[in-house]
Amino acid sequence: MSDITKQSLTELVENIKSKKLSSTDITKAFIERSEKSKDLNAYITEDFTSALDKAKKFDQKPNLNLKLPGIPMAVKDLFCTKDVKTTAGSKILNNFVPTYESTVTDNIWKEGGILLGKLNCDEFAMGSSNETSFFGNVQNPIDKDLVPGGSSGGSASAVAGQLTPITIGTDTGGSIRQPASFTGTVGLKPTYGSCSRYGIVAFASSLDQAGPMAQNVKDCALLQEVISSYDSKDSTSVDFERNQYSKELTNDIKGKKIGIPKEYRVDGMPKEIEDLWQKGIQYVKDCGAETIDISLPNTSYALPTYYIVAPAEASSNLARYDGVKYGFRAKGENLIDMYEKTRSEGFGAEVQRRIMIGTYVLSSGYYDAYYLKAQKVRKLIKNDFDEAYKKVDAILTPSTPSAAFKIGEKTNDPVSMYLNDIFTVPVNLAGLPGISIPAGHDSKGYPLGLQIIGKAFDEQNILNIAYAMEEKINFKNKITDWWIK
Amino acid sequence: MSKKDSEYLINRKDNQYEVVIGLEVHAQVLSESKLFSTSATKFGAEPNTQVSLVDAAFPGMLPVINEFCVKQAIKTGIGLNAKINKRSVFDRKNYFYADLPQGYQISQFKDPIVGEGKVILDMPNGQKEVGIERLHLEQDAGKSIHDLDPQNTFVDLNRSGVALMEIVSKPDLRSPDEVNAYIKKLRSIMRYLGTCDGNMQEGSLRADVNVSVRPKGSREFGTRCEIKNVNSIKFMQMAIEYEANRQVDLIEEGKTIDQETRLFDTKKNETRSMRSKEDAHDYRYFPDPDLLPLEVSDKFIEELKNDIPELPDDKKKRYIEEFKLSPYEANILVSDIDTAKYFEEVVAKMGKNKDLKLAVNWITGELFAILNNKNLEISQSPVSAKNFAILINLIKNGTISGKIAKTVFELMIDGDKDPQKIVEEKGLKQQSDPKALEALIDKIINDNREKAIEYKQGKEKLFGFFVGQAMKASGGKANPQLINEILKKKL
Repeated sequence: MSDITKQSLTELVENIKSKKLSSTDITKAFIERSEKSKDLNAYITEDFTSALDKAKKFDQKPNLNLKLPGIPMAVKDLFCTKDVKTTAGSKILNNFVPTYESTVTDNIWKEGGILLGKLNCDEFAMGSSNETSFFGNVQNPIDKDLVPGGSSGGSASAVAGQLTPITIGTDTGGSIRQPASFTGTVGLKPTYGSCSRYGIVAFASSLDQAGPMAQNVKDCALLQEVISSYDSKDSTSVDFERNQYSKELTNDIKGKKIGIPKEYRVDGMPKEIEDLWQKGIQYVKDCGAETIDISLPNTSYALPTYYIVAPAEASSNLARYDGVKYGFRAKGENLIDMYEKTRSEGFGAEVQRRIMIGTYVLSSGYYDAYYLKAQKVRKLIKNDFDEAYKKVDAILTPSTPSAAFKIGEKTNDPVSMYLNDIFTVPVNLAGLPGISIPAGHDSKGYPLGLQIIGKAFDEQNILNIAYAMEEKINFKNKITDWWIK
Repeated sequence: MSKKDSEYLINRKDNQYEVVIGLEVHAQVLSESKLFSTSATKFGAEPNTQVSLVDAAFPGMLPVINEFCVKQAIKTGIGLNAKINKRSVFDRKNYFYADLPQGYQISQFKDPIVGEGKVILDMPNGQKEVGIERLHLEQDAGKSIHDLDPQNTFVDLNRSGVALMEIVSKPDLRSPDEVNAYIKKLRSIMRYLGTCDGNMQEGSLRADVNVSVRPKGSREFGTRCEIKNVNSIKFMQMAIEYEANRQVDLIEEGKTIDQETRLFDTKKNETRSMRSKEDAHDYRYFPDPDLLPLEVSDKFIEELKNDIPELPDDKKKRYIEEFKLSPYEANILVSDIDTAKYFEEVVAKMGKNKDLKLAVNWITGELFAILNNKNLEISQSPVSAKNFAILINLIKNGTISGKIAKTVFELMIDGDKDPQKIVEEKGLKQQSDPKALEALIDKIINDNREKAIEYKQGKEKLFGFFVGQAMKASGGKANPQLINEILKKKL
């Protein structure tokens, strides 16, 4: 069998079903490549021995009716995994081993998936370059010292570098789509309420969504089919009729109306991004869809709104990491001293910055001016999309305002770092589904992504559009295996 | 009593001050599981044995509302004659403490589940209406235990996440007595509804007490102090008494009162400053993004309304009209649901020819005395309502006298014995046969001829002597009424 790790999920599933490959073959291959890929620093915790055991067990009595029969995969270290350390990329959870499983990962194991390990990410998913992780930078397989994006940087790097056939990330303001765009992979942020948040370390509860990351659209659709479920353990989970996304996938998008929002043409956006967007418009037209110029007038307020709402929720969500019950605890003279030392030493700079911003915007006297106003603007942003969807079926935009940047390039300039999320953040604020697909390269040969935004619960439609475009774009990721000695 | 006489005022030299009190009562919802998790809520369990991952705030754990607790809160709202809000919102109240695992308490801030209502108090000088500002649902915190170890604090999370109803009154209360009546009324209503057991020893009912004072006749409110977490009515009354006097003293000295949170020291019987307004926590309330707004339909509320039992005010009215009881008697019987239940069962078992007044007297007299003595609740009464009813009927139909009944009652207590049987076995049946009694009296008059003559000569006091002799001769069983009649005739 040719290089197993180069195969897509769809191919691997076919090969298992036709018994050309065993789960053990596949698991071994990904473990071997992962072992050779330590320089990417994609893993925080490896669970290889256990993965091989599970693969062997699967092969003894293979259930080929499952959707992910014996397929190994590593997942972002924000998903709680029973008996496997879960850190959220933070020192404060460096020793935390859950006794429970997140609903999303549980759905994967129930369909035959096998855990390879836990992937690096920005601390508590706060970052756009995976540089805030307590466990260090992740390298982008595209080029040395290039960030993979964030916060699902380890996940993106692992998929692009073929350390895992597929993976899952979480997306609060772009944490799946931006790293997918930076690494030439496909990443879907589902509609808020599609995937259960139970057992996912919370960043900003009203924005967080888990989603699939893959080499191609079909793989992405299959994984979405597995992870999306109604869950009574999450009060914000929505009980809607879910499609068989991979089975219903079609490249027939004739007659679909695709909106092109003029507000996404931001000042100082590189020409190659504009060119990519124009190419994208041509591709959807080539597929028989129609493009319509639309306006999302409140787009420019999305980023400031996000940087009020998300830190506000985070400041409260992260209060539980206090050294009392689990995780890291620093010695203190008394309770307050213990709190202060635990949280000062346990949280990194970016997390502390966001806790402080969040605490500030919720403070008495500032609440109305910041948090309440942000909530009102959030409603306006959602209204913009509602208006637009009266005329169009989906919206096409660039995924990011630039290609991946070098490690260290933006660490001292948080605002410039935050600007990375300018095209992805409105989608989270409106609770909509969005997918990033690789669509071209910049002058340095780094991948660039296009984003398709859908109506709520209309994942099938954006997957179809992405699928049709993927065929036309025929993107090839330039991976040289530079990190393998 | 005129209203003036009953006014609670604090007097200083030439000035009189009125006390203004508002209560925030925390009532534990009677529910087998917690507000946002399925953990048990049993009192007195081993520490940290009723704690779920949600209660201990493990990463990624999410709250899911317990519908039963919502129903309990709405029922309580209905019992308080209050507006039920069809849409309410859960907020996070953020603060750090070792027994608050989430780092925030889920509560309701701007949009509580229950709005304005009212409660009627029966005071000696008439009825008094107390306004309810709101009722909201919230989580209880865990318990910090500081006295088990000199170095460390221990935390028990059994209570963490237990559902509480915070019932906020308007500043309508004016005296410790009114506070006593208010707490008792709230407790009574909730026990009727089965929404809170009202057990103050177990902490099911506690209150924050807001106290201010103002010169008599003034319409302006004074600066208030909040006395936190007082867990008995007696302590509430003592705390108010102390705090009101402290405030009045400050005013008399020309000083100002600082708005602050205070603690009541039950040993020293004084309130002490806990934190000033400046040091007040900034709780950074905001809607909990893990929970959707709580929406209930008209139908949902209607169904709960149909489920509301007869409440004390209505029951009292009915007792007065139907049973012709005095308001005072009715009040005693309805104030506790178990007493009312006992009484109604006695009424039912007494059958057609019943003496309600007699039954009420015996319940509030003999029965209450026994319960008091043995420190029992009426629900644990050693005499069942059925046997109690039989006893009353035995008195009513003349089988035994009231005096003998007391003896019988004493004998019933041990093992809830049937009074009929006791009367038969012990031969305690009243002697009501006129012939036998006449013979008995003839003998007594014969044996005491001199006294009989003295009586006839006008020494009427001696009548009692003959009654006593007759009763003694009959072993106390003679029908006293007949004895009287026969003696009068014979002497």
